[in-house]
Amino acid sequence: MVQDMRLIELKGISKSFDDGTEALSNIDLYIRKCEFITLLGPSGCGKTTMLRIIGGFEYATTGQLLFEGKDIAAVPPYRRRVNTVFQKYALFPHMNVFDNVAFGLTLKDANELVPESRPAKNVIDGWILKMKHKRALKKEIEKRVSRMLKLVKMSGYEKRSVDALSGGQQQRIAIARALINEPEVLLLDEPLGALDLKLRREMQLELKAMQQKLGITFIYVTHDQEEALTMSDTIVVMNSGRIQQIGDPKSIYDEPKNAFVADFIGESNIYDARMIRDYRVEFCGTEFECEDAGFGENNPVDVVIRPEDWVVGNAGEGMADGVVKSVIFKGVHYEMIIELDSGDKCKVHSTVMQAEGSRVSLSVIPFNIHIMKKMQQVPPAAKEA
Amino acid sequence: MKRSSYAAPYGIWMVMFTIVPLLFVVYFAFTSKTGAFTFDNFEKFMKPMYLEALFLSLKLAFFCTVICFLIGYPAAKFLASKDFSKNKSFVILILIPMWMNFLLRTYAWVGILEDTGIVNTVLEFMGLPRIQMIGTEGAVLLGMVYNFLPFMILPIYTVLKKMDTRVIEAAEDLGANPIRVFWRVTLPLSMPGVVSGITMVFMPAATTFAISRLLGNGMFWLMGDLIDYQFREISMSSGQNFGSAMSLIMMVLIIVSVGFLRRFEDKGQKKEGTKW
Repeated sequence: MVQDMRLIELKGISKSFDDGTEALSNIDLYIRKCEFITLLGPSGCGKTTMLRIIGGFEYATTGQLLFEGKDIAAVPPYRRRVNTVFQKYALFPHMNVFDNVAFGLTLKDANELVPESRPAKNVIDGWILKMKHKRALKKEIEKRVSRMLKLVKMSGYEKRSVDALSGGQQQRIAIARALINEPEVLLLDEPLGALDLKLRREMQLELKAMQQKLGITFIYVTHDQEEALTMSDTIVVMNSGRIQQIGDPKSIYDEPKNAFVADFIGESNIYDARMIRDYRVEFCGTEFECEDAGFGENNPVDVVIRPEDWVVGNAGEGMADGVVKSVIFKGVHYEMIIELDSGDKCKVHSTVMQAEGSRVSLSVIPFNIHIMKKMQQVPPAAKEA
Repeated sequence: MKRSSYAAPYGIWMVMFTIVPLLFVVYFAFTSKTGAFTFDNFEKFMKPMYLEALFLSLKLAFFCTVICFLIGYPAAKFLASKDFSKNKSFVILILIPMWMNFLLRTYAWVGILEDTGIVNTVLEFMGLPRIQMIGTEGAVLLGMVYNFLPFMILPIYTVLKKMDTRVIEAAEDLGANPIRVFWRVTLPLSMPGVVSGITMVFMPAATTFAISRLLGNGMFWLMGDLIDYQFREISMSSGQNFGSAMSLIMMVLIIVSVGFLRRFEDKGQKKEGTKW
């Protein structure tokens, strides 16, 4: 990537809280202009802490936070060109919709919003100018607020109390309130978490469209992998304070770097495997041809196979035989658990149902076998004990 | 048993000790010593001596409330801040004086402020002239502030403690510096506690009599003292009638001022106002 495209850069950011827990360790990440980047991970993985560091509500213990190449660690939140849509919105309960959205504007320098027309000639002229300026300012704020409300499809709600709005409407107001300051970057902390599934899907598309229309950077935090895959240009998968993988949705889904990413993004079967030599791997008691090389010989590895990549056939006609243990109808497909003769269990998605208890075979094409380095799941000390 | 019947004991208590006595006060206020209906008691009140006492009472109560607010709000904010959220000892320090008897606390101030008290002894020791403090308005005000300050701090502290920090962060995020965050978000959202604190300080301050007697050295006649005097010293004559009338006037004034405050509170706080 070209250096000057980097809008925000995190260099070796670590964060420990007072009680000694480490929320982030050695995070390196850059965010490009106009990018829709998603921080994805299970709760407690540090994604919200990272967002709060960028917003200025937390300080990194070590490391540098650069905004357009300048360190902004010491810049307080109210001077950062970044605005946040908070989890559960945090609207001002003592203000109506209009005042909530206008809040950011009313804090701005009045001359920045409406430039003064000309210098005053005398005292009385000064008063008149001041009054005119005040009126123009009020009009300008009204204009911008109504434009924002139109953008989030909430026109006509200006006088409503925020308590009288539904979750989805509060969400829209929170977005309008954050966008009115025309930030370079919008931070969104699980903004759709409190909405029902249908509304969430609608809002996902709307947010994405909004981001493209406005051309600003979105940094989006979620634990919902589907949401991340739908909306993002770039996904940053995180776990226990570390970045696991950075990439676009397709590469994250198709080429997960490790078993955690594979497991977290979409559903997957993860097997203990042995790399016999290049292009040859053994798991589930069978040898498979694969497309990966460079893992050495006879080394333990993890193998990931997506449930939809297992192909079910008649017994004896595939690569490994097994028994159908359970069948669940999931709408578009059936989810079956098939226990191979080796004892390994496979989750399989197929549009064709197999009877429970029947014998079937499974096969997989080499392209769909994903081989990754073994994750250090159990610390050596714990293993000894 | 119906849920509403749980309130019966309190209902009986209220009728016996609040409503009936109140009716007695009204009855006495509008009757003469002989029991005939009259406005004489209110007419008698319209003398400069009594009006001055009323004015002085309201003035001292007002200043007491203002000072309590100016000291109490920062204190409550400090106590509710993150640094002290784990440490309850400061809250307890504020509560400790309340565990001691009210009169005892006031007598302690007499001991500190009187002509041969601690302050003047120290002044004399340093070769400075003595200052007469007992019997001044300042001493009475000091006693009031000292006694009523916790009633201002606690309700504000409670509201600030419960306040959603994300709302504060949202204001900062939108460009508000700490001063503006305070004026536009923290203060408006803490109004229920402020109103509650003002009510709880102003009401007892306006009707106090012990503080003014002890620290005022008999120089200050506040409404509380006057009412007390009517009932204690001259109850055999028309004292209780006149005392009742003064109580009634005081009560009406307090109800009006509290009602005014509540309306102010409702304006700023549409939903939160019900909490206090």
